[in-house]
Amino acid sequence: MTTARPTLDPDEKKRSAEEREAQLLQIRHDAENAVRRSAAEIEAPRERGLPSAAAAPGYYGLPVLKTPPWTWEIPIYFFVGGAAGAAAVVARVEEWNRAEPGLVRDARWIAAIGGAISPALLVSDLGYPRRFFNMLRVFKLQSPMSVGSWTLVAFSSSAAAAAFLSTVRRRSGGLPRVFMNAADMVAAISGTVLATYTGVLIGATAVPVWHENISILPIHFAISGLSSAASILELRGHETPALNALGLAACAGETMIGAKIELDKRPASAPLKTGTSGWLTRIGGMLSGPLPLVLRVIAGFARKERSVKLRKAAAISSIAGSLITRAAWISAGKVSAKNPRLELRGVGLPGNNRATPTRGEI
Amino acid sequence: MNTTTAFLTDSTLCIGCKACEVACKEWNGISHDGFEWSGLSYDNTLGLGHSTWRHVKFIENGIVPGLGGNAPETAAWAFSSDVCKHCGDAGCLEACPTGAIVRTEFGGVFIQPDVCNGCGYCVVACPFGVVERNPEDGRAFKCTFCYDRQLAGLKPACATACPTESIKFGQLDELRLEAQERLEELHGRGMHDVAIYDPESVAGIHALFITRGDPERYNLPPQPEVPTVYLKKGWTSAAVGAGLLVVGVFAAFLGTQK
Repeated sequence: MTTARPTLDPDEKKRSAEEREAQLLQIRHDAENAVRRSAAEIEAPRERGLPSAAAAPGYYGLPVLKTPPWTWEIPIYFFVGGAAGAAAVVARVEEWNRAEPGLVRDARWIAAIGGAISPALLVSDLGYPRRFFNMLRVFKLQSPMSVGSWTLVAFSSSAAAAAFLSTVRRRSGGLPRVFMNAADMVAAISGTVLATYTGVLIGATAVPVWHENISILPIHFAISGLSSAASILELRGHETPALNALGLAACAGETMIGAKIELDKRPASAPLKTGTSGWLTRIGGMLSGPLPLVLRVIAGFARKERSVKLRKAAAISSIAGSLITRAAWISAGKVSAKNPRLELRGVGLPGNNRATPTRGEI
Repeated sequence: MNTTTAFLTDSTLCIGCKACEVACKEWNGISHDGFEWSGLSYDNTLGLGHSTWRHVKFIENGIVPGLGGNAPETAAWAFSSDVCKHCGDAGCLEACPTGAIVRTEFGGVFIQPDVCNGCGYCVVACPFGVVERNPEDGRAFKCTFCYDRQLAGLKPACATACPTESIKFGQLDELRLEAQERLEELHGRGMHDVAIYDPESVAGIHALFITRGDPERYNLPPQPEVPTVYLKKGWTSAAVGAGLLVVGVFAAFLGTQK
């Protein structure tokens, strides 16, 4: 591995442009001479024909794409952002519904705390963190990373404002409701984008397993975020039937998506089913889909005390499942990028016995 | 006036001397790639990356000694010098959230090192695997198309150092014609597998290649895609997801009210 810093010749800066140009010509000259020497050795057996390129496609099986450079912060950010975004929606709807003030307060704080952690995670993943604010130099609709950065700014500030204003209102009163509602509204709207755009972010890339699944990724992430938001609220001690209903619906949705992935036969989706990334996907899928679904259904029939315990178990399973699912998708992307087969149409590469897949199949 | 410049890399003229790699590193002051033997022919850099902006591929033909004009006891090679394609429709440029990646007045794709914040999104957006984040520095790097040299009216360093004119530099439209002429010439001389690599799926590239046989043999994707083609599907799905989120929460809270 490369360990040294760029080894610029200390005298480099002292050299004139002419000297540097002369060096390029020297490189050319050296290369020419090397060739001239060995050219004398060449014999041309004409009967053997002209050389052709390698018989097998691909280049020593080396990847065509670069592996996504993102580290552990990104799947955690996907999880935190998803849960926070969904929590903001819960807060807004509950506030409007005026059902349970404690629940609204907690949902607001989940959104605010998530909105504070998220930028920290993203900045920590940047290669050049001190330039984080360069994200806000431009707004580019065609770049999901740009849309996401602006969404996060809107979300973090409005969620923090909503939590702050509601606390002030509760402690001292007198603050007009309209400010808090406005902040809640901005947080809820940007929250829906925050919980879904991450699917577009990884889907609109060159990585096959991601872009071939772009139609399910944002929905998948939205449901996963909703599931963890409802679960965190349940673990905070809220036992509203609404949260159980949300949990049930989300688990059902996750089960369907898990089944869709499991039945997916396309070669691009192989990293979701084989190897470490495949097992991560399966474990994440089980923990966020069928397992909590069953627990919640049983809870529906159990006696009060037991029911609460089962719901809490389901909540823990959903949260863990959501986190593992995000890690699984990033890990699958890394595996996918390392495999050159799909970019090169899979023709005759080692380990591939299928006939040439057409573009549609891939 | 059309000032779009381009490379035409003719693999049939490449002798694998790596003068382009050396000249590129020399001019741009790029660090070494580590001193390790890959075991894969004479190629120890293996691909383009943050510290390799020109990369000579050594494509081995299997052991057919003397094939096509080699010394009787040596196997034949195909060489090709790879470089950033400077796509007509560039995935990295579209994806860059900071505006660090720009198209220059010469039509090339350039990462401004004083703007890049190392988010890494261009790395996953490039269908050729050209851009890479330097793990030590943190920013993304790739071929600059010798923007500094072009501004000064000079040829890029690699084209200057290439001893066989395998790397040609000039106006894009002229080089497209030249590539076509060269193709016909080589076909006429019996090299029937010669092809031009200039994929339309990325609106053409500004670094054309003349190859032997299918592009796959050079690890060049036959149909590279600009990832923005997936945006419509993605945002539609995001809208559905956001809708489900809102409707779900409303339904849950209204539906369970006593």
